[in-house]
Amino acid sequence: MASTAAVVHEPALEHAHADDRPFIRKYIFSTDHKIIGIQFLLMSLFFLLIGGMLAMVIRWQLGFPGRAMPGGGVLPETMAPGGIVLPEFYNSLVTMHGTFMVFFAIMPLLVGVFGNYLIPLKIGAPDMAFPRINMASFWIAVPAGLIMLAGFFVEGGHAAAGWTGYAPLSANPELTGVSLGQQLWCVSLIILGLSSIMGSFNYITTIINMRAPGMIWFRLPLSIWALFITAILVLLAMPILSGALIMLLFDQTLGTHFFLPAQGGQPLLWQHLFWFFGHPEVYILILPAMGMVSDIIANGSRKPIFGYTSMVLAIIAIGALGWGVWGHHMFMSGMNPTLGTGFMISTLLISVPSAIKTFNWMGTMWGGNIRFHVPMLHAVAFVSMFVIGGLSGVFMATTPVDIYIHDTYFIVAHLHYVLFGGSLFAIFAAVTFWYPKMFGRLMNPLWGKVHFWLTFIFFNAVFFPMHGLGAQGHMRRIYDPTEYEFLAPLQGVNRMITISAFLLFTAQIIFLVNFIAGWFKGAKAGPNPWQDNGLEWATPSPPPHGNFPVTPHVYRGPYEFSSPLAVDDDYLPQSRKLETDREPAVLPAGD
Amino acid sequence: MSWLLPPHASSYAADIDWLYYLILIITGIAFLVVQIGLVWFIIKYRARPNGKALYTHGFAKAEWIWTSVTAVVVVVIGLLSAGVWDRIKGRDSIPPGAIPIGIHGKQFEWHISYPGADGQLGTGDDLSIRNQLHLPLNKPVVATLTSEDAIHSFFIPAFRIKQDAVPGMTIRVWFQPTDTGTFELACAELCGLGHYRMRAVVTVHAEAEYQRWLDERGRAAAASPTALLQR
Ligand code: HEM
Ligand SMILES: [Cu+2]
Ligand SMILES: [Cu+2]
Repeated sequence: MASTAAVVHEPALEHAHADDRPFIRKYIFSTDHKIIGIQFLLMSLFFLLIGGMLAMVIRWQLGFPGRAMPGGGVLPETMAPGGIVLPEFYNSLVTMHGTFMVFFAIMPLLVGVFGNYLIPLKIGAPDMAFPRINMASFWIAVPAGLIMLAGFFVEGGHAAAGWTGYAPLSANPELTGVSLGQQLWCVSLIILGLSSIMGSFNYITTIINMRAPGMIWFRLPLSIWALFITAILVLLAMPILSGALIMLLFDQTLGTHFFLPAQGGQPLLWQHLFWFFGHPEVYILILPAMGMVSDIIANGSRKPIFGYTSMVLAIIAIGALGWGVWGHHMFMSGMNPTLGTGFMISTLLISVPSAIKTFNWMGTMWGGNIRFHVPMLHAVAFVSMFVIGGLSGVFMATTPVDIYIHDTYFIVAHLHYVLFGGSLFAIFAAVTFWYPKMFGRLMNPLWGKVHFWLTFIFFNAVFFPMHGLGAQGHMRRIYDPTEYEFLAPLQGVNRMITISAFLLFTAQIIFLVNFIAGWFKGAKAGPNPWQDNGLEWATPSPPPHGNFPVTPHVYRGPYEFSSPLAVDDDYLPQSRKLETDREPAVLPAGD
Repeated sequence: MSWLLPPHASSYAADIDWLYYLILIITGIAFLVVQIGLVWFIIKYRARPNGKALYTHGFAKAEWIWTSVTAVVVVVIGLLSAGVWDRIKGRDSIPPGAIPIGIHGKQFEWHISYPGADGQLGTGDDLSIRNQLHLPLNKPVVATLTSEDAIHSFFIPAFRIKQDAVPGMTIRVWFQPTDTGTFELACAELCGLGHYRMRAVVTVHAEAEYQRWLDERGRAAAASPTALLQR
């Protein structure tokens, strides 16, 4: 294999010299994977901001229930009359916060941005296998996002059945008073699913067929392994969600009763379908993060990754076992309790590959010569925070304990430790790491560090106490905790969390400004500012259309830091030929 | 804010709390190992001028050790939990002679029915009360959960019991109060705009007092059958 890339090497050279595409083909309807990656980056950062703003309103209501929100007067009467959030609007807020964050921020940031940007560059290919489908995948995601936004402005308000859309609440408009909003929610996610599917089979084909000569499977960076397995998960999981959403939409609009019990439907069917998609989905949201963090930790530690093979096997194991644990979301649902025991065991076992990865990251740092550049800070924080989320998972996986903590703030703490502490810290690491490649300039490192520390401190101030709230029995998704006597003593904590959340949000402005300012004013990066080994660093920043003036040949794995063979430096790029290296076979070699 | 659980008041709550604390200790140790390890490595192995990193791709032995230790620990947690789960939620776990109570969730209230003199639910002499669950002390109770509309979740934190009430399904769950006094029953599953106030009060009486309460309420209901539900 690995022949395709060599064949296209002529046109790539040509493009690198003269890129005379018109502006609109170059930057708007571009088929260049790098531009598409950056388009996804801008789109998902926008939705990250929207999701964050919704969270601020949620937190205001929880910290100061029933009090007028400062500036809330601008919201219409149907949402927050006089700035006081209504319960029905609150339910839309929690629903849309989860929906935007999972589907329009974290997932496109990991898969859309870095899948697109990194795969061809890191395997030495000039572009994706199907560049036009790739372009379509972005331009399909945009209307999905607009439709999702539109839901806020329709009669009856936006979807209000949770990001998990449990039926019959989501299926029967009489139960929420929301009809059009819930339908737009379905339609938007169905369209977004199409976009994800187009992206994922592109990634799979590209990785299998377009690796540069010498880039055998076990020389792939872990980020690419993770994105490869993730793409397979996306390809298999998204159609299940789409199918379930179509059934839900039919229940709402055509009078079917898949999920409506009064006419013989099954509410639990929705939960099975949703979580059969949903659990693989949470691995879609963490595997690319794990892969990119592995690359960055090896770079920061100036050491080969510890246990490369077991890291790859752990990624594969997580991807495979992830299909057999969905029932852990349904322990209290009325599902057969014996099934609950089975799902408990499978869920506990899946924490083993997560533990392997954690110890291997630590093993990589051990004995290193660690450089704390901003990406490394975020990457180490990822390990530290992901561990907390993984460990809280053990509590919830244990069925008897889950009786008590299911649907409490303990779950909210868990999912934010894995998704914010995990995925989002990894995204900050990856954005700051590959920013110089994308834009040819560096983000300001001092402000990067300030942003990191503020985020790290306030993130923990917001989410760590939520474990305690859950341990006291504080339910999630409740509009006003002061309704309950047993929650009254916790109101001080809720208020403290709210204030920390405002500070956490404010700290993100630093990132935003740094991101934009770097584009225009950042120091010139040069091709390889982090002294890394990956193929993407062996081409200019930003790389030309077609990526590599000459198709690179690969002589070794991506983590040869501090190798005794590297005489002058402490790194050894994958494409640097030493005298002892043999040329890789260019024609099908069957690696 | 505390990781300690609040006081409990049911027969199997102690088993759940015990497992929780066991996991808290195990995960607490893992937490400390990782976090202290990270801080230690960060300090010890920070870059120095002319510093050199150790060139190694890992040690299979170390990997075998941490893989198998983790696997054994989680399997032990699983085995310990399976028995407790089965005793609380297993299909055959409901103690014989448990007092039947009907719990019907409806946006946004709990309709609670008590058996009449025959001790059976659904025989026409049931007593139905809104948002008030009265229970005798130290007697197993089996709740039959149903729902009118959306999915609700029956949650009494002090009893460490939670079970969804799903429209179209009839789900039975048991518990046994071990303390007198009042507690709160919450809805734990998002069920619509009034979800946050779908609350009921649980009162546990000494047995004789419970009987007296039931008789009194029964007489009042017989006099005016709809009064109690309306209240
Ligand atoms: C060590 C591994 C993990 C274990 C053992 C675990 C276990 C669980 C369990 C048992 C639940 C259901 C709790 C309940 O509702 O009562 C849950 C919920 C959840 N987990 Fe994990 N988890 C793990 C890792 C992850 C990762 C890596 C992610 C995502 C990046 C994730 C995201 C979530 C989310 C989003 C929910 C909440 C879903 C909802 O809204 O109800 N988990 N986890
Ligand atoms: Cu899951
Ligand atoms: Cu509810």
